[in-house]
Amino acid sequence: MYSEKVMDHFNNPRNVGEIENASGIGTVGNAKCGDIMRMYLEIDDAGVIQDVKFKTFGCGAAVATSSMATELVKGKTVEEALKVTNKAVMEALDGLPPVKVHCSLLAEEAIHAALWDYAEKNHLVIDGLQKPVNDIAEKEEDAGEDY
Amino acid sequence: MNKVIYLDNAATTQVYPEVLEAMNPYFTEIYGNPSSIYTFAQKANRAVLSARQTLADFIHAKAEEIYFTGGGTESDNWALKAAAEAYESKGKHIITTKIEHHAVLHTCEYLEKKGYEITYLDVNEYGTICSKELEQAIRPDTILISVIAANNEIGTIEPLMEIGQIAKKHGVLFHTDAVQAFGHIGLDVDEMNIDMLSASGHKINGPKGIGLLYVRKGVKIRSFIHGGAQERARRAGTHNVPGIVGFAKAAQLADNAMDEKIAYETGLRDYLIDRVLKEIPYSRLNGERTKRLPNNANFCFRFVEGESLLILLDQKGICASSGSACTSGSLDPSHVLLAIGLPHEIAHGSLRLTLSEKTTKEEIDFTVEQLKEIVDRLRKMSPLYEDFLRNGAK
Repeated sequence: MYSEKVMDHFNNPRNVGEIENASGIGTVGNAKCGDIMRMYLEIDDAGVIQDVKFKTFGCGAAVATSSMATELVKGKTVEEALKVTNKAVMEALDGLPPVKVHCSLLAEEAIHAALWDYAEKNHLVIDGLQKPVNDIAEKEEDAGEDY
Repeated sequence: MNKVIYLDNAATTQVYPEVLEAMNPYFTEIYGNPSSIYTFAQKANRAVLSARQTLADFIHAKAEEIYFTGGGTESDNWALKAAAEAYESKGKHIITTKIEHHAVLHTCEYLEKKGYEITYLDVNEYGTICSKELEQAIRPDTILISVIAANNEIGTIEPLMEIGQIAKKHGVLFHTDAVQAFGHIGLDVDEMNIDMLSASGHKINGPKGIGLLYVRKGVKIRSFIHGGAQERARRAGTHNVPGIVGFAKAAQLADNAMDEKIAYETGLRDYLIDRVLKEIPYSRLNGERTKRLPNNANFCFRFVEGESLLILLDQKGICASSGSACTSGSLDPSHVLLAIGLPHEIAHGSLRLTLSEKTTKEEIDFTVEQLKEIVDRLRKMSPLYEDFLRNGAK
């Protein structure tokens, strides 16, 4: 069902983890659909993404697209990172099953959400960057449900 | 690839060698059409008659009350659609539950479009219906109650005896989808007042593509597949003789070994449940603790997603299933897990392990060890777990 590349990124996800005092953090997706992605960006004064980490709750494709997205933006400038589309993520993974395309969209949105957070923190306006609709960081409900 | 550890016996089972052996002559030597008149074909006809009797005896029915079908889904479709049509003059109200298999649920949705009214009963947190609620839902125009005998996902066994009594008292037909229960627990259509029952061959070490519908004598039910005179002209089509013979053989073997099989599987299942709940934090068992299928264990692991879990288990050679959205082909997790009140994010992290009498303790131990590592690994990359720890693990 998945390409070898997807399986490789699922089995050996690159850049899993957190960044303390990250320049930008974005969390997208929703638990209802079963996919949540969080991206951490470390951006230097020149606007270059020095480090990136992610955490993902989701299916094999969700993990693989997050992992690939981190590889695609690492070392890029903010402007370049903004141009990393879900299509680019999918192509880099040698494709996804049709029902999993939304995972790649989520990866793109996660990068945008982290960039938006970075822009807000630094009072920057990044051309072409819009407030992510899927950012759930602020409206996240208390996770302490009865269990 | 490691050795395969098959823990998905609710999906399908291995055909027993004895079953295959019983079937083989009906492919090669005794291949006559049982509907033909000559002596050569009569051997096949006798095999069908004998199989019908075996299967009838198994659930305490009469041979003429057993109709062979192409499988459990067909039986469910037939029971619901034909009963709806036959009893239309009495009313157009059907009662079922929120935790039926899609074979029943989607048939009910189809009937809704045809003008029938369906009541979907709630279940409690263990997946059991409330018989009082069932009785209250019955109206003068109720024609059918359809309740799954044992749930295919969480294994909960429904109170069939009580449901049968209520149905009888109110003169309403009682159908049960017994695809998971048949051959795994004792079923008695007379004692339980069951009017129609669906069962399938491949869930009990029989072949795929063969099922049955039991229809109590006197129940008006019409032809489902039109054509020849097979199955009293109610289900036309040349008999699947090898399938029928294999199904009966599997039922016979299940009957002979049932007590032993139940005892063995229950012991191993409980061992599995105890280990998982004790050794994996933030895990829960779904379904009834004791009134569940002997071979079924269904868990939720908080902060992890089911498909990821299945892929990693598969890499260790372990075959399992999940009720996550990704495995259901939609965005929603299993309707059964939502019906027992689980929030979406927890329902996404479900895992169903269904054993057989061949499953060993070593296999269970290996599975639990792998599961511990896999759940831990997935949690380490889960933002939900990160938030949970940050919020003081409450």
